[in-house]
Amino acid sequence: MTREEFPALFTALRDCGYALIGPTLGDQAIVYDSIQGIDDLPIGWTDEQDAGRYRLRRRDDNALFGYNLGPQSWKALLYPPALSLWKARKTDSGFEVLPADGAAPRMAFIGARPCELHAIAVQDRVLSGAGYADPHYVSRRQPVLIIAVQCSQAGGTCFCGSLGTGPRAVQGFDLALTELIAGDRHEFVIEVGSEAGAGILARVPHRPASEVDWSAAQQASARAARQMQRHLDPGGLKALLYRNAEHPRWEEVARRCLACGNCTMVCPTCFCTAVEDVTALDGRSAERLRRWDSCFNRRFAYIHGGSLRDSVRSRYRQWLTHKLASWQDQFGSSGCVGCGRCITWCPVGIDITEEVAALRANGAGAARQQGLCDDE
Amino acid sequence: MSDANEIERFIREHPFFEGMADEHIKRLTGCAERVCFPPGTFIFKEGEEARTFFCIQSGRVALEIHAPPKGSVQIDSRKAGDVVGWSWIVVPYRWYCDVRAVEEVCALAFDGACLRGQWDENPRLGYEMYQRFVPLMHRSLQATRLQLLDIYGAK
Amino acid sequence: MPLPGIATHGDDPMVPHPAPILAVRQETLDVFTLTLDVSSFARPFSPGQFTMLYLFGVGEVPVSISGDPACPERLEHTIRAVGSVTRPMQELKRGAALGVRGPFGSGWPLEAARGKDIILVAGGIGLAPLRPLIYRLRARRDDFGHISILYGVRSPADIVYQDELADWNDAAGMDVSLTVDHASPDWQGNVGVVTTLLDELHCDPGNTLAMTCGPEVMMRFVIRALNHLGIADHQIYVSMERNMQCAVGLCGHCQYGPAFICRDGAVFRFDGIAPFFSIREL
Repeated sequence: MTREEFPALFTALRDCGYALIGPTLGDQAIVYDSIQGIDDLPIGWTDEQDAGRYRLRRRDDNALFGYNLGPQSWKALLYPPALSLWKARKTDSGFEVLPADGAAPRMAFIGARPCELHAIAVQDRVLSGAGYADPHYVSRRQPVLIIAVQCSQAGGTCFCGSLGTGPRAVQGFDLALTELIAGDRHEFVIEVGSEAGAGILARVPHRPASEVDWSAAQQASARAARQMQRHLDPGGLKALLYRNAEHPRWEEVARRCLACGNCTMVCPTCFCTAVEDVTALDGRSAERLRRWDSCFNRRFAYIHGGSLRDSVRSRYRQWLTHKLASWQDQFGSSGCVGCGRCITWCPVGIDITEEVAALRANGAGAARQQGLCDDE
Repeated sequence: MSDANEIERFIREHPFFEGMADEHIKRLTGCAERVCFPPGTFIFKEGEEARTFFCIQSGRVALEIHAPPKGSVQIDSRKAGDVVGWSWIVVPYRWYCDVRAVEEVCALAFDGACLRGQWDENPRLGYEMYQRFVPLMHRSLQATRLQLLDIYGAK
Repeated sequence: MPLPGIATHGDDPMVPHPAPILAVRQETLDVFTLTLDVSSFARPFSPGQFTMLYLFGVGEVPVSISGDPACPERLEHTIRAVGSVTRPMQELKRGAALGVRGPFGSGWPLEAARGKDIILVAGGIGLAPLRPLIYRLRARRDDFGHISILYGVRSPADIVYQDELADWNDAAGMDVSLTVDHASPDWQGNVGVVTTLLDELHCDPGNTLAMTCGPEVMMRFVIRALNHLGIADHQIYVSMERNMQCAVGLCGHCQYGPAFICRDGAVFRFDGIAPFFSIREL
């Protein structure tokens, strides 16, 4: 599909009743929001990312998807930061819960990255595949159509390569696009991932991709893989973290960590929420809300008498151990997809890949120093 | 590392061993070494194997119990001239509280198994040690019970 | 794209059912027991399970079910008034309605306990989650061996279910021992922490199950004492407590290592969580 033909994709999606959610410029970043047309895309923009750093920069071409990752993920659309669970009103005999109103929107996600597809798969398992299935998540997730975009360049903090979650997606999408720009040519190689995707493609002008174009698409992914600056070795991570609860590194990172919770907000797989009960001033109606929460909040682990995770050390340890180790026991996979957002958006630039490397560096040895009985 | 003569001198100097016969002191030197801990470090944690008892030469030690969600609560303190550690005498030989150096602490550390071995061979030595331990435990228990009274409380 | 394995829930476990209060009993100065009429939506529960109780417009708290599992339509909860939700709950009268979600969580190991001697060690309000178990043990007394109930509280004024304790000892074939940390002038019973009761216990460690509920530090020392009697970690069950909000394993607050206490607990066989138990601030 050529650049000229691209708007037809949006038209086809809208004709099929989808609300378009895609990347757009906002708040000096590239965020996912409702978009109407091509002009809403961050055409010709890219992002520069490093630990604790995010800047937009103009490209020297007019790529539609020439950036990497913004602060949000699709999590904000599927698992909203604030959600009303139910409303109730007082009655003579007590109270009654009112039926929920409103149907979930039918969304098309434009521009989902391979790591984000993995993140959505992780969230599917967490929120609907591991016991209780959250009906709010399910109703929003079920009708979603995903137009993924393969990565042609690595972001400054990306490390999907070492986790096997990118830079190329092979499943989890309805359509996947690779943007190719060479001289005057500006085209998209399209891969079909589902029947729904095929149905949309049928409404859009397109032609079979040539061997050359397919090869160019593969090379773009290979280039992205080569560019990746960070690596996280996933081998034996569960045992490493479970065995090193008293590693001196926790103390060290705690000296830097502000417990601001940015990492949990931008992380595409963090799912902790708080339940909030509110009432109208006259006490006759009440509502239960669900809001994103963070294990970095001091009150997160509060029980009567105090917080069980009072120190920042214990809270950072909880986050990292959960993300990389406990998650595996809970959901059968790692919670990390290598998107690098936690590194970019940490105000003090704490780098998850660096922390894991430090824990590996003198793992069991350090544990013994602390006097812990090790079963070796 | 201190040599045997130095250890012997340290033992003689420590109030716990006051009045102990030379022959017993000499037997003890083989079970002891001098150790120092930086301020804030845990010397031992609750649940760990108790193989050591300390005669504090300098510094201050806190005995604590971790009681979530309050955190670590200090239940007792020891200083220079005091002794820390009785759990090495009693099965199952496990510390029942945390021991933490509040200031820099230097002490004579005695290996419990070594000591128990010594007084199996020389019951008189065992008697001498118990004679010193029992009054300490008695005093400590008395003090703890008075603490329980919470005599300064509002009621 | 279709989702794998979507569960459909006709009855949303996040929505509370209103339940009128049938009875209120003050146990101690700050502990009270509410009996709720849940006959319109009653479900059987296992001893050790809890519900989320909702006070309209104020908030919700996890509370262990403390009543007889043979009567699930009259759900009893023993509550300590300590916070912004439980203090106003103490003012409620017969007829007022509370919202109920649940039951949630794991229960005490009744099946595994068959034919065995049982030691129950409770501290303070920790007796409440054990009470449904005691009713069950009593109902099938012959299925179990010797039953000891060791109960420690701060002072005599803090003893809950006082009349029932005497009844369990005198009429139900169980050995009940009580101890207080601080005696009152007319107290004639044991004084000392609850572990002192364990030190004096005679038991056949090979055929015993122990279950304990109370403050974590108490359970830690109880387990030490049980181990010292020869009772191994796999013979011990504990009830853990963490901040709970959703009770369905989703909000993440109750995580304890890899376990969600609302779903994998609150009752755990101790050998499964022993490695995590000694990690501070886990």
